[in-house]
Amino acid sequence: MFSFKNIVDGNLSYLKKFFLFHWPLAVLTLATGAFGILMLYSVAGGSMLPWAEPQLMRFVVGFGVMAIISFIHIDFWRSLTIPLYFSSLLLLIAVMFYGEGTGAQRWIDLGFIRLQPSEIVKVTLVMALALYYSTIPILAQSRLLWLIPPVLLICIPTFLVFSQPDLGTSLLILTSGLAVMFLAGVSIWYFVLGAFAGIGLISSVFMTRGTSWQFLTDYQLGRIDVYLNPSLDPLGAGYHITQSKIALGSGGLSGRGFMQGTQSQLDFLPEKHTDFIFTTLAEEFGYFGSVGLLTIYALIVIFCLLSAAKNQDRFGALLTSGLAVMFFLFFFVNMAMVMGLAPVVGVPLPLISWGGSAMLVLLGAFGLIQSAHIHQPRN
Amino acid sequence: MRKLFSEKNTEIGRKSVSRRILLLGLGKMTLIGLLAWRMRKLQIEDSEKYRLQAEENRINMRLIPPERGLILDRRGRELAINVGNYKLVITSEKTRNPKKTLGKLAELINLDDEEIDKILKDINKRSPFVPVTIAEHLSWESFSKVVLNLPALPGITPEMGLTRYYKKASSIAHVVGYVGPVSRKDLERFESPDPVLQIPKFQIGKTGVERELEEKLRGKASLSKVEVNAAGRIIRETERIMGFSGANLRLTLDNHLQEYCHQRLSGLSASCVLMGVNSGQIIALASMPSFDPNKFVFGISQKDWDSLLNNKLRPLSNKAVSGAYPPASTLKMAVAISALENGIISKSDAFDCPGHFDLGNQRFHCWKKKGGHGRIDLKEAISQSCDVFFWEVARKVGIENIRLTAKGLGLGTKFDLPLSSITKGLIPSKEWKRKKLDQNWRVGDTLNAAVGQGFTLASPLQLVVMTSRIASGRAVRPQLVKSINGKSKIQTSFPELNYSRDSLSIIRDGMFLSVNNSKGTAFKSRIKDETQIMAGKTGTSQVRRISLEERETGVLSNDQLPWEQRDHAIFVAYAPYKNPKYAVSIIIEHGGSGAQVAAPIGRDILLKAFDSDKKLIV
Repeated sequence: MFSFKNIVDGNLSYLKKFFLFHWPLAVLTLATGAFGILMLYSVAGGSMLPWAEPQLMRFVVGFGVMAIISFIHIDFWRSLTIPLYFSSLLLLIAVMFYGEGTGAQRWIDLGFIRLQPSEIVKVTLVMALALYYSTIPILAQSRLLWLIPPVLLICIPTFLVFSQPDLGTSLLILTSGLAVMFLAGVSIWYFVLGAFAGIGLISSVFMTRGTSWQFLTDYQLGRIDVYLNPSLDPLGAGYHITQSKIALGSGGLSGRGFMQGTQSQLDFLPEKHTDFIFTTLAEEFGYFGSVGLLTIYALIVIFCLLSAAKNQDRFGALLTSGLAVMFFLFFFVNMAMVMGLAPVVGVPLPLISWGGSAMLVLLGAFGLIQSAHIHQPRN
Repeated sequence: MRKLFSEKNTEIGRKSVSRRILLLGLGKMTLIGLLAWRMRKLQIEDSEKYRLQAEENRINMRLIPPERGLILDRRGRELAINVGNYKLVITSEKTRNPKKTLGKLAELINLDDEEIDKILKDINKRSPFVPVTIAEHLSWESFSKVVLNLPALPGITPEMGLTRYYKKASSIAHVVGYVGPVSRKDLERFESPDPVLQIPKFQIGKTGVERELEEKLRGKASLSKVEVNAAGRIIRETERIMGFSGANLRLTLDNHLQEYCHQRLSGLSASCVLMGVNSGQIIALASMPSFDPNKFVFGISQKDWDSLLNNKLRPLSNKAVSGAYPPASTLKMAVAISALENGIISKSDAFDCPGHFDLGNQRFHCWKKKGGHGRIDLKEAISQSCDVFFWEVARKVGIENIRLTAKGLGLGTKFDLPLSSITKGLIPSKEWKRKKLDQNWRVGDTLNAAVGQGFTLASPLQLVVMTSRIASGRAVRPQLVKSINGKSKIQTSFPELNYSRDSLSIIRDGMFLSVNNSKGTAFKSRIKDETQIMAGKTGTSQVRRISLEERETGVLSNDQLPWEQRDHAIFVAYAPYKNPKYAVSIIIEHGGSGAQVAAPIGRDILLKAFDSDKKLIV
């Protein structure tokens, strides 16, 4: 289909590609990462170790990976979709047997990085669905029979992640998958139907509670209970939510100042360098800081969506918008969680939370978005 | 099928994607708006509330216990002090193997396996940075042994707290009292207990001055506000509100005389009070047997407690203030003053004492029943303690007048001293008997009361106040606290008594004769030194009823009776007669005759007091 030369530079020179690069998006990505390193420096009590320095290194590496992916033609990535998707599924299965850690953070230690297959599968699933919907006939996509492959594509990784068990990530995978289906133009009635089914499923989860048919573990149900009523357990599971709300609230309009947040500096915040890092930011930089970060995130999403809308290539458009949805879900769920709007599900704040796997995967996804942007069909 | 793949379809697809992107984008922006709105609620509207909660999170209050005030005697000699409490704590995060460290420690100090297990359990319950107490109240030797070996004992920290220590412990036990760990009962005593009392093993006054002046002695704890992290580890101190140490108390007691009294009464179940006649200052107040208050400081052992409680000589009771005894003949002075003041008798009136007194068909026996005292006047009646004389007088004076005079002399009055369980004693009235026993007052009751028997009860403290009032002519009140933190708490002048000088001087003469006349009851105990002449009054209070048969066969002497049935020996005195300085009262439970047993002790105490004055001048 295309020569190696085509893979590397397509019909464009490197210089041209450099100019076609989506610079605003790249700058926002960079700014977010910098913000994250700053916060990691703060939560360590004003020290580059143990978090800020390794995070900086990873970010540099990740940014390089992103650049390389961007410069490779999108069609190459498209051709790799199927092997990537299935190898990520294999990794998910492998991690169940050979993985380290329990529950939400199952990983495979590759030496230089702890690989979390559940992170990778988020991207490969979007790729697979984008491939599927850019291949099948448009008019067929709303037909019932044609819905079976994408539903399987979504449900297999969702189930595998759910059984790790990692409820939060599995819901994220499910939702991003459904979003790609929605973007592809699958009839809206299926989603309405699905919503009803979802409500039914959720109520059945609670109806079957305590019976041998119980879907969720007691631990997961407990977290939902505490989310609904944090005062149930102010020093246990509800502690996270209560303390993070205190941190957020005490930040006020302009914050308590860099490295002056008592909640994070005195360790009242749980997971302050990972899932709850937003609370530190909000405590130290206040409403301005938190809305600032929210704006950056919103702009990233908007730029991606605009790029996707203009993209003539259906794969590229679906991939870009699907990954944008995934990115959105990341930060939305994380922020909603720390603000007490959603249960504590263990989703990191994209590009900011400590953690190599999630950041590398995200930067890789941005690489794909850039590649789709650069290599879009131009008449 | 072919139709599905037409170019047109691709175009339709692209447009549909754009539409869906727009739809989804709008949805996302709505959700982002929701987040921003939520942030506004948290960070702007409720900011104050959360800021406050963050402060509460971070600030912990720590109390630093104040140093308890010292208790000194009138010359500044230490009675109750604070000494170092050597203790050892272990911080588990500083040692790799607490069990091994404790094992090594056990080679240096007494620490059995059971205790080690308990400490290890304690360690596991707490955060690793919280120090756990291993041992307290170590001797200096074992403490220094541990300190010397510290390098080999990782995690062990020597600490020094303060704890109460009583010098001359048992001689001052009843006055100073003792402290002990705060109990729930202690907390109930205060309306809003000082938070410092919640500190584990904090010491609070349990009896005596320690208890009654607790709040002055305790002082105020310093408050240290510290910033803590979520685990409770102290990060730094942010503020310190200084408290103050407890006030130092100087008592009116003279430690040397106190010790002397204590020794002089040893072996007896007795108590005595030595008081300044004009000042009311209590120089010595001893009760025997006594106990070691230091045993209570860390919480007394059950065995020691039981042995104190089961001792029939009641070592825990301060008999000098809480013991109520029939005052016996020492009450005769009150009867005499009452009779003179009410004009019932004049100083020269005399009565015949045949050795008994008949009231209807009831016969009252004078202590000198063989032949009686014969014709006897007031002074002689006091000095020889003639019962018949006072029965004659009392019948005319009546109980109400006797009661008023006795009260005026300090009997039946509860004095306000910082001591535990001070008795009010009892001087009965007609109304009292009616209320209490639902019986009418009878003349026989008056006769019994006139010789300090029957319902009458008094404590050595009350008797010494009575003696001081007679000697000084002033309404002297007893005082125990000389100064608090150097500020004098002494009342220096007292109003004159409402009795004529004549009456008082006749009584004093009677008391003089009682000691210094060869017929006087306490003649054998007189002081020969002209400058220290003693005046006094003996009393022997009967604790059993002598039956008619016993009267006929001869009253049993004290030696023939079991201890519990023997008479109480009482003596009150003051000296020097001409210029009174000290008054003393002694009651020896079941000691026998006041003249034989109590009077010599009274004399010795007074002599010792003069002796100690002389030494002071030289």
